Amino acid sequence: MHTEPVLAILSGKGGTGKTLLSVNLASVAEKATYIDCDVEEPNGNLFFKPSIAFEKIVTVKKPVVDAELCTGCHACVDFCAFNALALIGKNLMIFEEICHSCGGCMHVCPEHALTEKDREIGELVVGSSDQVRIISGTLNIGESSGVPIIEELLRYKQENITFIDAPPGSSCLVNASISDADFCVLVAEPTVFGRHNLEMVHELVQLLNKPYGVVLNKTLDGPNPSEQYCLEHHIPILGSIPFDKKLGTINSQGKIAAREDARYHALFSALLTTIRKEIDDETTAHTQR
Amino acid sequence: MIIAIPSDGQSLDTAVCVSFGRSPFYCLYDTDTQESTFIVNTAADAAGGAGIKAAQILVDNHTNIVITIRCGENSAKVLQPADIKLFKAVDLSIADNIEAYLQGKLSPLNEVHPGYHHAH
Repeated sequence: MHTEPVLAILSGKGGTGKTLLSVNLASVAEKATYIDCDVEEPNGNLFFKPSIAFEKIVTVKKPVVDAELCTGCHACVDFCAFNALALIGKNLMIFEEICHSCGGCMHVCPEHALTEKDREIGELVVGSSDQVRIISGTLNIGESSGVPIIEELLRYKQENITFIDAPPGSSCLVNASISDADFCVLVAEPTVFGRHNLEMVHELVQLLNKPYGVVLNKTLDGPNPSEQYCLEHHIPILGSIPFDKKLGTINSQGKIAAREDARYHALFSALLTTIRKEIDDETTAHTQR
Repeated sequence: MIIAIPSDGQSLDTAVCVSFGRSPFYCLYDTDTQESTFIVNTAADAAGGAGIKAAQILVDNHTNIVITIRCGENSAKVLQPADIKLFKAVDLSIADNIEAYLQGKLSPLNEVHPGYHHAH
């Protein structure tokens, strides 16, 4: 069975149009999966308003100490790379929010005084809206890392085309979000700041050896520093979304522009066609290499 | 009794560091021998949990008193059960703060801030 591509939509900062683009692209695809990996502030569901199929609690392992067995030897405290453990006399303190669940402390404990328990760090919601299957996750406030939730979300990919709405920036969360992507779409604003943020994600996708292209958002007449950057670095420009008050208004009302207006449906359909073509070309070029 | 003070440098005339957990050094002053030693804070450049690690260093050095400008929540969670008392540093040198403490002029540090933890 032919598996459709997994697309990750990312940008160096928030507010450039990742959700706008991924929500609208998913809406114009015949059958799609949309995964909201921005687990610290997911907003895709504000647009899709999906009917919920099920919810699932996401847990990670955290250490627990058996005070009877602990001799206060300091081995686990010295080992922990995240400084999640402290020892006062023979009393071991565990800072669960700081722990990254690596399990290393259990391995180094000579007394086998440490075991693991589950800690709830957030939830995952699966639903649908028209022809789009929607997977989104939410990290509980104060937790150290959303990576385990993102990994769980990505298990729900299917054969149909998948749009991953990545968190902003180029952090561990973004790395995890795009790990399985066949192609990365970088969204960029037409400002000097936008160019700087584009540079950050450009560096990331190169580092991870991902095929990529850029969508210029909010474009205006006149110079576009992000476009200039693409030209200088021979980055394929997949398309432009003009600065458009009507599009902004529809979006700010939590509506999906491609579903509201035929003009926007055409705009995002054309963009999706270009992206698909770019992926095909990339695959062909890759096979020939 | 050991007094610990986060310090910007390694001499008694340097300033108290504005950060507790990410201070480059700690001055450890022994009131019995009246000797001061400076130790490097290996938690200063930690990616996360610097306050916890820094507090652990002071616990391991048998500290009784910490004189600091501010202290984060996680550091306090380690210092307090270790019976380490916190005092508010005044805007003077390390030596002046030790002197002020010994004369009973420093007030206890009651406010603990929630920390400056960043996402990664």
